[in-house]
Amino acid sequence: MAVLLIAEVNGADLALDATAKAVSAAKALGDVTVLVAGSGIGGAADAAAKIAGVSKVLSADDAAYAHGLAEPLADLVVSLAGGYSHIVAPSTASAKNALPRIAALLDVMVISDVTGVVDADTFERPIYAGNAIQTVKSKDATKVLTVRTASFEAAGEGGSASVEAAAAAGDKGLSAWVEDKVAASDRPELTSAKIVVSGGRGVGSEESFGIIAALADKLGAAVGASRAAVDSGFAPNDWQVGQTGKVVAPELYIACGISGAIQHLAGMKDSKIIVAINKDEEAPIFQVADFGLVADLFDAVPELTSKL
Amino acid sequence: MKVLVPVKRVIDYNVKVRVKADGSGVDLANVKMSMNPFDEIAVEEAIRLKEKGAVEEIVVVSIGVKQAQETLRTALAMGADRAILVVAADDVHQDIEPLAVAKILAKIVEEEQPGLVIAGKQAIDNDMNATGQMLSALLGWGQATFASEVEIAGDAAKVTREVDGGLQTISVKLPAIITADLRLNEPRYASLPNIMKAKKKPLDEKTAADYGVDVSPRLEVVKTAEPAGRSAGIKVGSVDELVAKLKDAGVV
Repeated sequence: MAVLLIAEVNGADLALDATAKAVSAAKALGDVTVLVAGSGIGGAADAAAKIAGVSKVLSADDAAYAHGLAEPLADLVVSLAGGYSHIVAPSTASAKNALPRIAALLDVMVISDVTGVVDADTFERPIYAGNAIQTVKSKDATKVLTVRTASFEAAGEGGSASVEAAAAAGDKGLSAWVEDKVAASDRPELTSAKIVVSGGRGVGSEESFGIIAALADKLGAAVGASRAAVDSGFAPNDWQVGQTGKVVAPELYIACGISGAIQHLAGMKDSKIIVAINKDEEAPIFQVADFGLVADLFDAVPELTSKL
Repeated sequence: MKVLVPVKRVIDYNVKVRVKADGSGVDLANVKMSMNPFDEIAVEEAIRLKEKGAVEEIVVVSIGVKQAQETLRTALAMGADRAILVVAADDVHQDIEPLAVAKILAKIVEEEQPGLVIAGKQAIDNDMNATGQMLSALLGWGQATFASEVEIAGDAAKVTREVDGGLQTISVKLPAIITADLRLNEPRYASLPNIMKAKKKPLDEKTAADYGVDVSPRLEVVKTAEPAGRSAGIKVGSVDELVAKLKDAGVV
């Protein structure tokens, strides 16, 4: 059994946390080779080689992979796929874009958002916004899966894998990158943060999100948002936590002015400790919260910030 | 240009999901079903492109049980021009996998020759997030997934995509596949006159066998279980009490 694991790369840097969590899931399946694809990714390949449990790193350094476009990345992975029983990637936006394409090119089904590895063919994954957990056994020759990073501990450092160059597989030019709009932030990344402070519709405006951000900054936390807050323009899309946004499982999740629709709970209910601050005592978020405070968030959140 | 929009009939997003006691799946008998919300957004986007003059005809397709024709009628009432129903299952509990759906759609694309396919990014039942990408692979077309803005410019589409770090804009050559994310648009409600008119719009009925596609699943469902429960904790009376509890728990 051999696994080809597609590393998550941001720009030219390795997304270490997401990649190391996927390595944990992949180690159970066989010998792990990590593919790092991008442009100017020598450092990222070296970083991947240091993850414990990685036996080899393939570095595909080519302008075609600079922006994570699905078509050239899929062609590259398919060109390398022979000899691997599993193709694995963390469930990030870029992997969700590319892995189903790779699976279809190999004429196999993709298995998305795996939360548990039962054996080499059998996996657990949430369906219906996490309201059910399905165990599926694949009959395909090659298993192509994305793994939910919130469900696996990150593999540690201490590896010393060899790094080999992988030949680029060309670019048919089906799509072209135009621009990225990525907000620079000193806060930790949402999916790897130890603490997440989230705001919902109750926050009321983009300006008022400042009190959520102030609490987050006091705690060294990432900022999240419910779909309602993002749809209303209070928060950017990359803050969304939920069924179709990011799935997080921090040590502490503080939900402020979030009612707790099942689609939101799907993205945070595996957090170790959940705090809910909401003025509506009937809000469903209180049914999953370890500590609930029925209060106006405009009073309670600044008070909490000052007392921590 | 012709646009093809695949739509799926799924459990209504407001319905509480119940796992069957025998672990064989989710109970869908006598449950309200609706169009997958992401597919509604895809239909709406096609209609807006038609209203802007970038599109002449909208063909909607649904693959599944016969009752999916209700979903197609909804799309026709919203403003699609005609519909194709591909009956591929006789039991609502039988979910046709994205790979098989993509193979059937690829055959329909060969027949219909659309310049663009707009699909929902994921179905809220199996949460697979795969059909659009798979169809794009089978056709050898470009893909622009998780779209929050679409602009047709000559022989390409400029698409803004929702990605982990924010937004990415790409240009994809037509024909191409676009998958719709939540913030692409807000779908309209069908008006009563349009619902009546939709009953007279053409709806072709086919089967998976007509397209020579084997829809048998690649993933065998071993079991379906309730997720681990999480019980409510305690209510605290003040911020001071909350701070004390968090300190006791060692998380701050």
